[in-house]
Amino acid sequence: MKVVYEKCLHCGCCVGSCKQNAIYLNDYVLEFNDSCNKCRRCIKICPVGALSLEGE
Amino acid sequence: MQSFECDIVVVGGGPGGSMAAKYAALGGLDVILIEKRAEIGAPLRCAEGVSKKWLEEIGVEPDPAWISAEMDGAIIVSPSGHTFKLDESHAGNEVGYVLERHLFDKALTEQAGKAGAKIWMRTAATGAIIEDGKLVGVHANRMGEEIEIRAKCVVAADGFESQMARWAGLDTSLELKDLDTCIQYRMANIDVEPNYCEFVIGSAAPGGYVWIFPKGDRKANVGIGIQGTKCKLGADPKVYLDKFIENDPRLKDGTVLEIVGGGVSTCPGMEETTADNLVVVGDAARMIDPITGGGICHACRAGMYAGKVLAECAKSDDFSKDALQPYEEMWRDRMEDKLWRNWMAKEKFATLSDEVLDNLVLAIKDSDIKEVNVYNLLKVIKDKYPEIVDEFESMI
Ligand SMILES: Cc1cc2nc3c(=O)[nH]c(=O)nc-3n(C[C@H](O)[C@H](O)[C@H](O)COP(=O)(O)OP(=O)(O)OC[C@H]3O[C@@H](n4cnc5c(N)ncnc54)[C@H](O)[C@@H]3O)c2cc1C
Ligand code: SF4
Ligand code: SF4
Repeated sequence: MKVVYEKCLHCGCCVGSCKQNAIYLNDYVLEFNDSCNKCRRCIKICPVGALSLEGE
Repeated sequence: MQSFECDIVVVGGGPGGSMAAKYAALGGLDVILIEKRAEIGAPLRCAEGVSKKWLEEIGVEPDPAWISAEMDGAIIVSPSGHTFKLDESHAGNEVGYVLERHLFDKALTEQAGKAGAKIWMRTAATGAIIEDGKLVGVHANRMGEEIEIRAKCVVAADGFESQMARWAGLDTSLELKDLDTCIQYRMANIDVEPNYCEFVIGSAAPGGYVWIFPKGDRKANVGIGIQGTKCKLGADPKVYLDKFIENDPRLKDGTVLEIVGGGVSTCPGMEETTADNLVVVGDAARMIDPITGGGICHACRAGMYAGKVLAECAKSDDFSKDALQPYEEMWRDRMEDKLWRNWMAKEKFATLSDEVLDNLVLAIKDSDIKEVNVYNLLKVIKDKYPEIVDEFESMI
C-alpha cells in the first residue's frame, strides 16, 4: 500500500474501516500487515485520497 | 522486556476510556490507562456538538473552560435551500453546547487520574496477550520500548480504529454502508449564526450531512460525513466539502485553521461488547448515533457503566463474560432502542432523493416541534409521510 504522507491526516479512518484489521497507525506512520487482501476499501474511504495500491 | 501488572488496563484515553478508568479506580481497582498519542484530546476528531442533559447523568459539572459556545437551537437546510430554524431556548429547553474537546477530554482524564488511575501517555497497545486461550493483558509500546501489561480485564476504548477488541478476538469490523468518512475544517472569519448548529442534508453530502457548528467569534467547525458505499471519487469528503464551502458566500472567504479527518460508525452497536476478560466501550463498540454521528455521550455513559461493573466483578474476582453481563444490560437498556431506531431511519434516509428530502424539511417547517431531536422529527414525518417510516413505525 502506498501512502502520500503529504496528504494524510493521521485520522485512523482507514484503520477502523479495514475489515482485515491490517493497518496500524503508529507515530504518524501507517503500517500494513500481511492480512491485507487488497480489497481497496481504505483507498475508497480515505477522506483526502492519500492511499493507493503499490505500483498504481 | 518489562512487564507490569494491574487489575484493569484501559486502552485509549478518549471519553470512554477515561470514564471507565475513573469508575474502576473509584471502585478501588488498580487501573492503568494507556493512550498512544502525545496529548489527550488532540489532534481533534470531532465536531464537538452535544446536548446538555447527559452531563448530569455521568456526574460531570459543566465547566466554561471546555465549553466553546452555547446553542439556542438548530437549523436544518434542505437540498434546495429550504430552512427549518428552531430557537429552542424560547421553549425553555436546555439546548446544547459546542465543546472544546481537547480540554473536555483532558478534564475527564484528569478526573480518572484523581480517582487513582495511572495514566500512561505515548503508550500504544500493539496486540493482545492470550495464554491458554485466555486474554491476560496487552502488548504495548511505551515511548519506544516494548512492554507488556498484564491485567484481570482489558477495556477496549480505542475509538473508531477499534483494534484492541479485534486483537482479542471480538469482531468489531463494519459494513461499508455502516460507516461515514469525514473531514472537517475549523474555520474563522465566517458569518454564520453564532448560536445555531446547522445541518445540511441531501446530495451535498451523499448518505451523510454537512455540519456547521459555531465556536464563537465568527468561528465554526465546518465538516462533512459521507457514507462509505457512496464514495466514488477518491477523497470524496474533501471534494464535497470544498465544493460546499466554495458555493456558500458566508464561508468561501473564511480562514481554515485546522483540518481534521475521522470515521464514524452508523450501525446500531455491536452484538457483543464483552468477552472473557474484555469490555468494549464507546466508538470501539460502535455506539455512535447512526443519524447524528454523535457519540461523546454514549462513550461517556458506556465507560461509566463499564467502570462500575468492573468494580463489582472485582468483589468475586470474576471477569468472565457472564460476570460482565450487567455491563451489556446497562448500556443496552439506556441506548440500544434509540440506536436501532436511528439506524433504520438512516438506512431509509440514505435512499431518499433531494426532492423527497425537500418535502420532508417543508413538512417539518409547518409542524410545531418544540425540541429538535431525531424522535420528534421522525414523528412529524410519520404524520405526513408514513410510507417513509413504515419499516420502523413501531419504534416512533
Ligand atoms: C469528524 C467527526 C465529527 C464528530 N462529531 C461529533 C459531535 O459533534 N458530537 C458527538 O457527540 N460526537 C461526535 N463525533 C463522535 C465522537 O468523536 C466519538 O463518539 C467520541 O470521541 C468517542 O469517544 P471514545 O472514547 O469512544 O473514542 P475516542 O475519543 O476516539 O478515543 C479513543 C482514544 O484511543 C486512543 N487509541 C487508539 N488506539 C490506541 C492504541 N492502540 N493504544 C492506545 N491508545 C489508542 C486514541 O488515540 C484516542 O485517544 C464525531 C466524530 C468524528 C470523526
Ligand atoms: S484514512 Fe487517509 S488520511 Fe486518514 S489516516 Fe488513513 S491514509 Fe491517513
Ligand atoms: S486494501 Fe482492504 S484489506 Fe488492505 S489495508 Fe486496505 S482496507 Fe485493509
